[in-house]
Amino acid sequence: MQSPRTTRRIKVLVAKVGLDGHDRGAKVIARALRDAGFEVVYTGLRQTIDQVVAAAIQEDVDIIGINQHEGSHFHIARKLLQKLEESGAGDIPVVMGGSIPLVDVEPLRAMGVKEVFLPGTPIAEIVKRLEEIASERKHLAPRAKG
Amino acid sequence: MADLYSEEAKEEIRRALKKWEEQVLPEWLSRMPEREEQFTTLSGIPLKRIYTPLDLKDHDYLQKLGFPGEYPFTRGIHATMYRARLWTMRMFSGFGGPEETNERLKMLIRAGETGLSLAFDNATLVGVDPDDPLAEGSIGIVGVSVPTLVDMEVVFKDINLGEVTTNMTINPPAPVLLSFYVTVAERQGVPYDKIGGTIQNDPLKEFIAQKTYVFPPEAAVKIAVDVMEWSVKNLPKWNPVSISGYHIREAGATAVQELAFTLADGIEYVRQLRARGMDIDEFAPRLSFFFDSHINFFEEIAKFRAARRMWAKIMKEWFGARKPRSMWMRFHVQTAGCSLYPQQPWINIVRTAIEALAAVLGGCQSLHTNSFDEPFRVPSEFAAKIALRTQQIIAHETGVADVIDPLAGSYFVEWLTDEVEERAWKYIDKIERMGGMLEAVKKGFPQREVEEASYRFQKEVEEKKRIIVGVNEYREEESEDVRKVPLLEFDQQEVERRQIERVRKVRASRDQERWSRALEELERAAERGENVVPYVLRAVKAYATLGEIMGALKRVYGTYAEPPYY
Amino acid sequence: MSDPSVLIERAKAGDKRALGRLLTLLEELNADNAWILERLSSEGGRAHVVGITGMPGAGKSTLISRLVRAFRDMSYKVAVISIDPTSPISSGSIMGDRLRMQEHATDPGVFIRSVTNRGILGGVSLAALAMIEAFDVMGYDKIIVETVGVGQSETDIMNVADTIVVLTMPGAGDDVQALKAGVFEIGDVYVVNKSDRPDAAKTYEYMLFVAEKEALGRGGSWRPAVVKTSAALGLGIRELAETINRHFSYVLESGEKERRLIARRTHLVRLVAARLLLQSLSEVMEGERERVGKVVRDMRGFYDEAMRIVRLTGKRLVE
Ligand SMILES: Nc1nc2c(ncn2[C@@H]2O[C@H](COP(=O)(O)OP(=O)(O)O)[C@@H](O)[C@H]2O)c(=O)[nH]1
Ligand SMILES: [Mg+2]
Repeated sequence: MQSPRTTRRIKVLVAKVGLDGHDRGAKVIARALRDAGFEVVYTGLRQTIDQVVAAAIQEDVDIIGINQHEGSHFHIARKLLQKLEESGAGDIPVVMGGSIPLVDVEPLRAMGVKEVFLPGTPIAEIVKRLEEIASERKHLAPRAKG
Repeated sequence: MADLYSEEAKEEIRRALKKWEEQVLPEWLSRMPEREEQFTTLSGIPLKRIYTPLDLKDHDYLQKLGFPGEYPFTRGIHATMYRARLWTMRMFSGFGGPEETNERLKMLIRAGETGLSLAFDNATLVGVDPDDPLAEGSIGIVGVSVPTLVDMEVVFKDINLGEVTTNMTINPPAPVLLSFYVTVAERQGVPYDKIGGTIQNDPLKEFIAQKTYVFPPEAAVKIAVDVMEWSVKNLPKWNPVSISGYHIREAGATAVQELAFTLADGIEYVRQLRARGMDIDEFAPRLSFFFDSHINFFEEIAKFRAARRMWAKIMKEWFGARKPRSMWMRFHVQTAGCSLYPQQPWINIVRTAIEALAAVLGGCQSLHTNSFDEPFRVPSEFAAKIALRTQQIIAHETGVADVIDPLAGSYFVEWLTDEVEERAWKYIDKIERMGGMLEAVKKGFPQREVEEASYRFQKEVEEKKRIIVGVNEYREEESEDVRKVPLLEFDQQEVERRQIERVRKVRASRDQERWSRALEELERAAERGENVVPYVLRAVKAYATLGEIMGALKRVYGTYAEPPYY
Repeated sequence: MSDPSVLIERAKAGDKRALGRLLTLLEELNADNAWILERLSSEGGRAHVVGITGMPGAGKSTLISRLVRAFRDMSYKVAVISIDPTSPISSGSIMGDRLRMQEHATDPGVFIRSVTNRGILGGVSLAALAMIEAFDVMGYDKIIVETVGVGQSETDIMNVADTIVVLTMPGAGDDVQALKAGVFEIGDVYVVNKSDRPDAAKTYEYMLFVAEKEALGRGGSWRPAVVKTSAALGLGIRELAETINRHFSYVLESGEKERRLIARRTHLVRLVAARLLLQSLSEVMEGERERVGKVVRDMRGFYDEAMRIVRLTGKRLVE
């Protein structure tokens, strides 16, 4: 008999902000995360920061993943983190991926981005890191016991 | 029959091959086992150990290859190819605001370039104005921002549009940008028949890749064909479409998919133009193509050769073209941006050189080589110069441009050309059975195929079935190396501020009544299904902005959003 | 921010973050927090639950996005529950309906939530029904539920919506199939979407015929309506919204609303009971594994053993 409860799903929002249309990476990630058992909410291209934050809140995701390819990652990170804070959702960790120069990784982390994945990062590594990030967060917001 | 080998000769080769396989090979294999059980091309085409004349089955030289400048054009579209004129080294430029781009263009012209190429920023690419909330922080980053006629005037200030040709990489907003360009030329006193250049205007591939779609597929194709029809009738020197496989490949497609989907896109446009009562020989010479050159060397060369042969056949046999020019597949190539990685970025120079060599051996008409810093940002001048020099070395030092189609007759290259072609025809057949590319796109067929291929490739890299130097093998802790990459810097915030200010000024200072009437008429014409270009032209002259004109068209045609996967 | 009582209070005050968290608790309802439902349901029962069903690709999500705009123009608060039917229990899922509705994400009067099974058997139905109660209490006037209806387990949700909207599109080859599958017996409103396509007229005629035929077979004075729309171009949306509202007036006046509400909540009780039973059953089985293993070796006493497990499960539940 199948147990009525398997392990808790990790719910991730995969989003693209602004007008950058390179969605190959975002889609590969979305699929790989699904295959790894995640619940993925995909909001499509051309989202504003406000839309991303609203979606994250309404869907109550565990992690927000932003995939970016046009060089505006600082701008996006700053505004996103600020907006999350203002909306009472500052506890939702944000991770970023895409064509981000290595030199920008540390400054992004310092701003509060939880993790930055550079191109070529194996998906298995991304999955593992997201699982860690989600489990770190569990104590913060305990889920119903099963 | 112009078969290269007689039956007797083949039989003799067959016997000798058998003997080699039975008597020589086994000992070698046991002493030195091969690295892989099955080698495949990047597209997954299985490869044999060795190719011989036996692999050229039914190989009729005259039918399959012939001579350059002659049907089926496998060996090149011109009889003299690079012996007479090298390919055009066309480097794509544009960043910041119109002022910065104008400076850069004038510099290129002073350096002897006459073929200009404009890249637009993301806001322009999807047809929104710089003050649209979505555009925030993106103005001028991946290309120049051109939201109004005034901006286009600044881009070409002191540049005579009768003396240069301009390539504009723009798709859904193509009628608007073309109208800007034509109006600037007109105001300079340049007549329509002197305006030369290319506009990408290929909406089908936007749904398969690239993703700067705006309108739903049917409407997007209708508008693009409006631009093609209007251009063919009014601008005799203008290429009104660049049918592009590049972006399809960059999205993760295989070489075969890139080829097949590009041809199928072309077939769809040809049908649509003919449905409007146009003669094939009237417009076909104006169709141009754009391909990727990836790292799997021979497969790329085979792809380019197969592409020419297939298009010639399609034009002649399917559509009854009579002029040879109608059968020419003229194409631009860009080396594969997706094959470049940020790890140990310098080695990207080597990748680009190999890819460029494949494009030249494949017989391209023009070539853009990527800069090694591409994985980070718009190229710095230093990196762009190395990329250009790479082409010059191929052209002048290697000698590969001195003989036409030098790889013809290689058993392997001819076999692979046939194989790529055969696989591409299978895809085209399938798409034909769906009712053509527009229908296939609406069903998500090419989208699904590309997503699958992209996902498969990603997995192969992760499982190290494909080695990528510096990425999944030969890795280095390299932070220092990368920190040395000089990046292009410009004051983006200043550009954004200036662009927003200008678009607002244009809106405030125009003849409001003329403006609103022009937009109103555009909307009505679109509803009636008329060719929208003349109405867009009128709206542009009334200083309607890019965002406003696209807004009017969106109200009539709706917009498109894509599901997460197919 | 994890105490359910606090979440409920904050959500009522309009805090969307709190409502989002609360909905997660409902998705994962179990013996320890099933009481939340009571707190919600006792105050609800006034919202209009609109179920929208149809084949994948019919245009449900696109149409819902348009409907949301229409209902907002009529000053209703709107919640959307979008059900992902595709993923099996054992794997993850990608939820993409939302992307067609993202233009409403930042509208204070709209709340959109995607639902999956979360790896729990029967998870979708329970979560959706529980969320309906929550949205109702939080003052959402229209609660739109998107599901792929045919032959799926979610049809049970459709059967308890106040208004059931069935979507078809031109050339949907399996019209006859759908008729056989009984989809056309459940609709209060039939929509022929994609009527911008040339073959729409035929499908419209066909749907009129279906509605006509069906009106004969059902009780009550409501005659199934047929509306033509183009979600892509925004045509026929106002008429659809008005038709849906008209149906709501009908169910209110005819007492049908009361009947459907009771049916819905009865079903919810059943789903919660099943969830709790299964939960403690697997806990009991966990503890008794060894002993059960011995019994099944020769199958003697098998039935007695099963009944013992049932009793243990019941006992555990009551404790
Ligand atoms: N031509 C046309 N296409 C539509 C219409 N409504 C939706 N679509 C398209 O149909 C596809 C599926 O739409 P979606 O809303 O995701 O369908 P769902 O699976 O039923 O939710 C999308 O490509 C939409 O753009 C319409 O009224 N006309
Ligand atoms: Mg849907």
